[in-house]
Amino acid sequence: MPKETAVPLHAIISDSRDDILKEWIKAQLDDTSRSQAVPDASIKASSTEFFKLFERAISNGNISDIDRSEWEEVRHMLSDLSASRATQGSTPSETARFIFSMKQPLFARLTKDKSGPDAGAAVWELSLLLDKLGLYTTETFQKTRESIIKRQQKEMMEMSTPVIKVWDGLLAVPLIGTLDSARTQIVMETLLQKIIDTGSKLAILDITGVPTVDTQTAQHLMKTVSATRLMGAECIISGIRPQIAQTIVHLGIDINDIVTKASMADAIKEALARGGWTFEKQAENN
Amino acid sequence: MAVKSQEERPISSEEDILTVRNSVKRVTALLNFSLVNQTKIISAASELARNTLEHGKGGRSIIQLINDPDRVGIRIIFEDKGPGIADISQALEDGFTSGRGMGLGLGGAKRLMDDFQIESKENEGTTVTVTKWLEKN
Repeated sequence: MPKETAVPLHAIISDSRDDILKEWIKAQLDDTSRSQAVPDASIKASSTEFFKLFERAISNGNISDIDRSEWEEVRHMLSDLSASRATQGSTPSETARFIFSMKQPLFARLTKDKSGPDAGAAVWELSLLLDKLGLYTTETFQKTRESIIKRQQKEMMEMSTPVIKVWDGLLAVPLIGTLDSARTQIVMETLLQKIIDTGSKLAILDITGVPTVDTQTAQHLMKTVSATRLMGAECIISGIRPQIAQTIVHLGIDINDIVTKASMADAIKEALARGGWTFEKQAENN
Repeated sequence: MAVKSQEERPISSEEDILTVRNSVKRVTALLNFSLVNQTKIISAASELARNTLEHGKGGRSIIQLINDPDRVGIRIIFEDKGPGIADISQALEDGFTSGRGMGLGLGGAKRLMDDFQIESKENEGTTVTVTKWLEKN
């Protein structure tokens, strides 16, 4: 079926190639919703290149299955294009319109040159094809965005965790983000080193900024606590929110031998009391 | 029960667990689960996704928004084509682990959710389906 209509389709396109291309580029440049992320020159260049590959792919007669090898160049070019646009900061719809804006000039030719019952079928087939290419573009765009997000997540996880000296002999580690094994390793190393450097006897691990505590996170925390103990220091875990507390209980994690506090303030108070410090509020003067 | 929408997430790396967790978080927030239940569901998803990755050698998760006449809910399916579980009741026991974990993930996830189903065949893979409901008021 596709082969019957594809040959005239190809003929029509090659007949008025320059006009279609010109109209298509103009449609893209005139698009009022266009952001300025992609410069005019690059639109012209990529449109011209795409059209060349598109025409070559169509000339093979298959316009229904873009997974086939004759469409490989087109797919390749589209992935490159949407990937680069994703990093440039274009919107997904803008990237999809690159393909969709081709419909108008192409359909105009199809219906003009070819009246009769076949014109409708040809438009339909071409429309399906362009939809597929458009979807392919958005999908690649999405994939690129996802890989950017993944990279950023990774970078966030690698953000250094500071170990803060709160008082003589008291350290605090505010943990923020996901606690995976690599991160725990960094935290543990810095903490243990700091315990030696400052001669601290107590460390507060604050997990207010840890969004999810699952068994792995708990296990990592416990390892850190054990290692601290081996160094002759004690650990208090603070920042346990109500929802985290309930989850830990349901998961069945046993944290009986670890001192925990709801807030960092409570933990500091406890730690200072253990160190023999007492505080009183000064009476006001008037 | 009808599936209103669903999304599929691959699980092939540690980062994918984060992605699954974020998707689950989005759906639970959308359904207006209480903060406690959101946290429970996310933690259960995290446990099961990690099982899929570590024991199942990777697989996929399907996050579904489902509804009944009188309630809505989230259902998450974890599938892998890994070695499978020889003894499911043993795997569900607290403290049993074939890896280096605490052995609480599977049983813990069961306790955190309303419904828990596991199917496994040796050398063919494992599918875990968990559901949490939210009554409409």
